[in-house]
Amino acid sequence: MPLFRNIASIIALLPMIIISLTVFVGCIIYSFVYSLTNSKLIPVTNFVGFDQYERLFKQRKWDVAVENIFIYGFVFTIGCLIIGFLLAVLIDQKIRGESLFRTIFLYPYAMSFVVTGLVWKWVLNPTFGLENSMHMWGFSWFELDWLVNRDLAIYAVCIAAVWQGAGFVMVLMLAGLRGIDEDIWKSLSIEGVAKWKSYLFVILPMLRPMVVTAIVLIAAGVVKVYDLILALTSGGPGYATTTPAMYVMENFFSRANLGQAFAASIIMFISVVCILAPWAFYEFYLRNKYAAN
Amino acid sequence: MKKFFSILLTLFLPLSFTNVSKAAGHMEAEVIHWWTSGGEQAAISQFAEAWQEMGNTWIDTAITGGDNARGTTVNRIIGGNPPTAAQFNISKQFVDLVEQGLLQSLEEVASAEGWRDFIYPPELIETCEFEGEFYCVPVNIHSWQWMWINNDVYKQVGLPVPQTFEEFLAGAPTIQDAGIIPLALGGQGWQESGMFDVVASSIMGFPLMQSIYRDKDVDAFRDGRFESVLNTFRELNTFTDEGSPGRLWNDTTAMVIEGKAAMQVMGDWARGEFAVAGKEAMVDYSCVIPGKEKYVALGGDVFVFPKNDDPKVKDVQLAMASMMVNPTVQAKFNNAKGSLPMRLDVDTSAADACMQMGLDLIQNPDAIMRESDDWNTPAFTSAWDDIISEFRNDPNYTVAQVMDDLEGVLTSGL
Repeated sequence: MPLFRNIASIIALLPMIIISLTVFVGCIIYSFVYSLTNSKLIPVTNFVGFDQYERLFKQRKWDVAVENIFIYGFVFTIGCLIIGFLLAVLIDQKIRGESLFRTIFLYPYAMSFVVTGLVWKWVLNPTFGLENSMHMWGFSWFELDWLVNRDLAIYAVCIAAVWQGAGFVMVLMLAGLRGIDEDIWKSLSIEGVAKWKSYLFVILPMLRPMVVTAIVLIAAGVVKVYDLILALTSGGPGYATTTPAMYVMENFFSRANLGQAFAASIIMFISVVCILAPWAFYEFYLRNKYAAN
Repeated sequence: MKKFFSILLTLFLPLSFTNVSKAAGHMEAEVIHWWTSGGEQAAISQFAEAWQEMGNTWIDTAITGGDNARGTTVNRIIGGNPPTAAQFNISKQFVDLVEQGLLQSLEEVASAEGWRDFIYPPELIETCEFEGEFYCVPVNIHSWQWMWINNDVYKQVGLPVPQTFEEFLAGAPTIQDAGIIPLALGGQGWQESGMFDVVASSIMGFPLMQSIYRDKDVDAFRDGRFESVLNTFRELNTFTDEGSPGRLWNDTTAMVIEGKAAMQVMGDWARGEFAVAGKEAMVDYSCVIPGKEKYVALGGDVFVFPKNDDPKVKDVQLAMASMMVNPTVQAKFNNAKGSLPMRLDVDTSAADACMQMGLDLIQNPDAIMRESDDWNTPAFTSAWDDIISEFRNDPNYTVAQVMDDLEGVLTSGL
């Protein structure tokens, strides 16, 4: 019986298995069941079919939220990777005061999203932030109204997020760069390959595990982004920077609209599964199969 | 280290004893509320002091933000650990709790003390009464229907203080030319929709608002007057500054106080900010109820008392409910809060010119106005307010589109 092969380790894992099943799976089932009701302030079992989902997809606000999460996810991930990698390469040039720069670049990551949000809120505020300072210094042509411009506000959020996240990617990449064998660099220089070419075409592919780790960690942060936006724009102007997580929280707590919140969170769950399933399938099934062959 | 613990012990032992002795003889009550600013703290402590003078213990659970406080209350009720009393607004926010039988009926003390005879205006009774029983205690009345105006600004440009939105709009370009922001508005959803309702009531009058918000009358909604409200609102928004999005209401009021802006539309709690800044009503600033017909809205706060498994708690709750409507306590509380009391036989000699205006107006039953959230659930009002907020922020969102979307909410049965 393979099930009882490692009885001790199974017993040791039991609490974790039970917690996962009851808390995660249990709550998902609970959410789904109540997303089919018209619960308002408190959960009631008054079933209305898929009405909540129908209403959800008619909301202009939900469309904006979904669009925002894609923009944010794309810009934040790419931005962090590019800037993080560039910083790592620059620091890798055996510069003086390396640890000082490393600390400075990593410092934002040590801050909570709420602090980051507030700082950037003040910097980007047109009436007393950077724009105002520039005007007072005499640069009256300077304009920086991203935060109050409904089309650009989401990119202002991305800037703040990249500012915080890039340092972390830099550290991961730097660790990878330091792991590169000296001999590879020696052979590259004997061949006379340009520095930028060697980074881009030789070293970067060797850093694949680092890149994958960074992407997984960043992506996990994208789906649950909430506190940054709350501190930076509170979803405004209007609801131009709202996200699915904010939509859910809002309906749960301030809007007394539980059914709608459950429906939205189930949709969030399904979309995450849709993105993760092919990857998990590859990672846990196909790879083993190929490995066995 | 041992010494340290013994000091700790001696510090905490007497504390634990006093707790025990109090629990045995006196009544202990935990109250959840969201009154955390300076003036608000002064107001709630009037309740706490009155309660403590009766020989009872007051456990203060102040939570910042109405949404958070209400969320905590509901979570604790569902989780089986309800507070003794909890704050809500005069609205439909707690109607689900009543329907699910989670709130304590206050009928015993209400009929014994004759609440129905002295609570004024009677609309407040409607808010609290479900199937002939009282389920909440109204404690104050706050009205949104105010324009707060810096008199110096108008003196400087040589214009009279406006009494309607039309007059304000006529003077706004002059003020703008003088380098002053005509309209101070904080771009948060609640401030935008609050101002919208003031514009709406002052332009189309309360009866029409009632047929739209209460009766969901689509013909009344489509008769052209609502469109003119939307147009006026859009025009007003062209006179705000670009720092508006996300700005807090009190920072916005400060702009009017400092003369950086001419006018703000805000509820009567703004008066507290002027008072703290040492400004005098009608001298330094004007408070104007805009429109030809003047209304005072029935916003404000109530306390509800969640049912508890422990039968002794009911007596505590009834005692506290009775304390809250007491005329002496009401006078102290509302003077500190700057709101109108929920009964007429209260000493309001400390009221300033603006508060006196509200007090005079509220005695006329025709001037009393209800708000959308008196008739509608938070789900409805928030869907509605989202559209208003988007209308304010997106210049490409046309009036015709907004009318269609609002009609969708109106007929959605939310």
